[in-house]
Amino acid sequence: MEHVYLDHAATTPLDPRVLEAMLPYLGHACGNPSSFHSVGKEAKDALDNARERMAKVLHVRADEILFTSGGTESDNLAVLGFCRANAGTGKHLVVAAFEHHAVLEAAMHLEKKEGFEVAYLVPDHDGLITTDQVMSAIRPDTILISVMYANNEIGTIQPIGEIGNAIQKYRAAEKKAFPVFHTDACQATGFLDLDVEKLHVDLMTLNGGKMYGPKGIGALYVRRGIKLQPLQFGGSQERGLRPGTENVAGIIGMAKALELVQENRVRESERLTALRDRLIEGIRQRVPKVRLNGHATKRLPNNVNVSFVDIEGEALILYLDAAGIYASTGSACTSTTLDPSHVILSLGLPYEVAHGSIRFSLGHATRAQDVEYVLDVLPPLVEKLRAISPVRVDPKYYV
Amino acid sequence: MSDHKQTPVAGTQGDVTTKDGGKSWFYTDTVKDHFFHPRNFMMEDADPAQYNAVGKVGSPACGDELRVWMKVDLKTERIREFRWKTFGCGSAIASTSMASEMVTENGGMTLEEARKIRPQDIMDRLGGLPARKFHCSVLCDKALRDAINDFYRRTGQVDKIVVEASRVIDPVSKVTDHDIEEAVLDGALTLEAVQAKTKVGTGNPGVLPAVEELIRFYKEKYFGA
Repeated sequence: MEHVYLDHAATTPLDPRVLEAMLPYLGHACGNPSSFHSVGKEAKDALDNARERMAKVLHVRADEILFTSGGTESDNLAVLGFCRANAGTGKHLVVAAFEHHAVLEAAMHLEKKEGFEVAYLVPDHDGLITTDQVMSAIRPDTILISVMYANNEIGTIQPIGEIGNAIQKYRAAEKKAFPVFHTDACQATGFLDLDVEKLHVDLMTLNGGKMYGPKGIGALYVRRGIKLQPLQFGGSQERGLRPGTENVAGIIGMAKALELVQENRVRESERLTALRDRLIEGIRQRVPKVRLNGHATKRLPNNVNVSFVDIEGEALILYLDAAGIYASTGSACTSTTLDPSHVILSLGLPYEVAHGSIRFSLGHATRAQDVEYVLDVLPPLVEKLRAISPVRVDPKYYV
Repeated sequence: MSDHKQTPVAGTQGDVTTKDGGKSWFYTDTVKDHFFHPRNFMMEDADPAQYNAVGKVGSPACGDELRVWMKVDLKTERIREFRWKTFGCGSAIASTSMASEMVTENGGMTLEEARKIRPQDIMDRLGGLPARKFHCSVLCDKALRDAINDFYRRTGQVDKIVVEASRVIDPVSKVTDHDIEEAVLDGALTLEAVQAKTKVGTGNPGVLPAVEELIRFYKEKYFGA
């Protein structure tokens, strides 16, 4: 049977070159960077080296990179850690309504339990947030703004550089250090420019497991001078902001992975954009009543998110799985609340359309024949599920 | 119908896995069989006027909508034909397909027999369902009882219409106070947990205060807190 993995936005396989870079640190070079002996020093040197190499890619200083356990922890540290440390200055934050749960739930926690107020920016129907929208949400007591670089479900790319620039100008005009700007760049890492100087961000989240690096490792870029409160307590690792023995092999793997994907990002983006557009166009030609969720071009080169109206996404995922195609859904059945994808709902679409959304996310392994295979397999499966569905969604949602 | 060898899971344990070559799956072979080859669904070109009873439960907003059509023998009151359509996940499709076989096999159940079918009966025949799927996806017994009442209404046997002893709390999901009681007994002690099990109020948030009140009531009744 064919095996077509189209869930790279969920996680990517490890690049063999990354594994190779990691192996010594899972074997003989197993020291603790805090140990005062040669084995420890070897680990410490490797750790410093990895930090410097990542800093180079991001165009930042090495001491501005904090290593964490992944995207969720980085987002939590950016939102909770920053807001708690700066609550004396203000208790208002601005986040996009379609942020990852790691940002959204953290913001909601501050709202519910710690006396903060949160403005949720609703994207337009194409899944985009505008700079004006962000700027008009700012209040005198706003301390943090968080807008993701590219959305994990619908892949839309937000104008981070433009927003960051506007925030910097606002701060200069007001002679204030706030609000600070955070972006979650987990999905963008393999495709977009991560130069912090161009993005004008103060905090930025990265995740090893989404860039062909290892899982369980992440990073947070923290601009010098920004105060954070740690989420956990212990030793003095990561300047005490993230205590605990460093995941040396993971950090080395992530540094290598970041270099590799950024080196290759323009070529890989071109290659995948062509495959993405072929998949979108093919679905539109062969399957009636579909809706592309998110802007057609301002989206990641690897993201295709479509609603097959009148059917429920999970059922289609299982039919595709049986045909060896591995995609995903933000549908209700996987979550405890049973609400469908908050991202699709934020586009102003009704529940039944959100329930039918499927995400195909392409990656290094995706070839043209994989896309053709999906296009052959998909139409009869959609037809079969539509035949047993009693729902007929209003055509205005897919025409 | 295929064999089902797995031990039924009473909706309280973890996900079911099959033993085919060590490959695990969320659903049993029987569930998969019904999901991939659904029985008795209503064909596109079928004429609803051929059926003498209809029933409905849920709405697409809660992620599940189920409609059923029955052809009931007027003399014997046995179910000759049972057709359905559902907007639902894999287990909703499989459980409805299984129920359609149960009510029509061996000459068809009488309406009185069919009324006694419980979600557990359908699940047992499926060889179990993942715990998190059970309460929310097995809706067919409710739609079936809705259709049985419809038949009696149409045939003027008003005395045989059974209004459920329990009270419908959410007219959209048709979740009753009894469903909420069961969910609380099953360990769902918060609104979120009860919603995860029953879908009550999903897409119909107006009923949530009433639900919260019931959760408090049953918690006090059974757990004294």
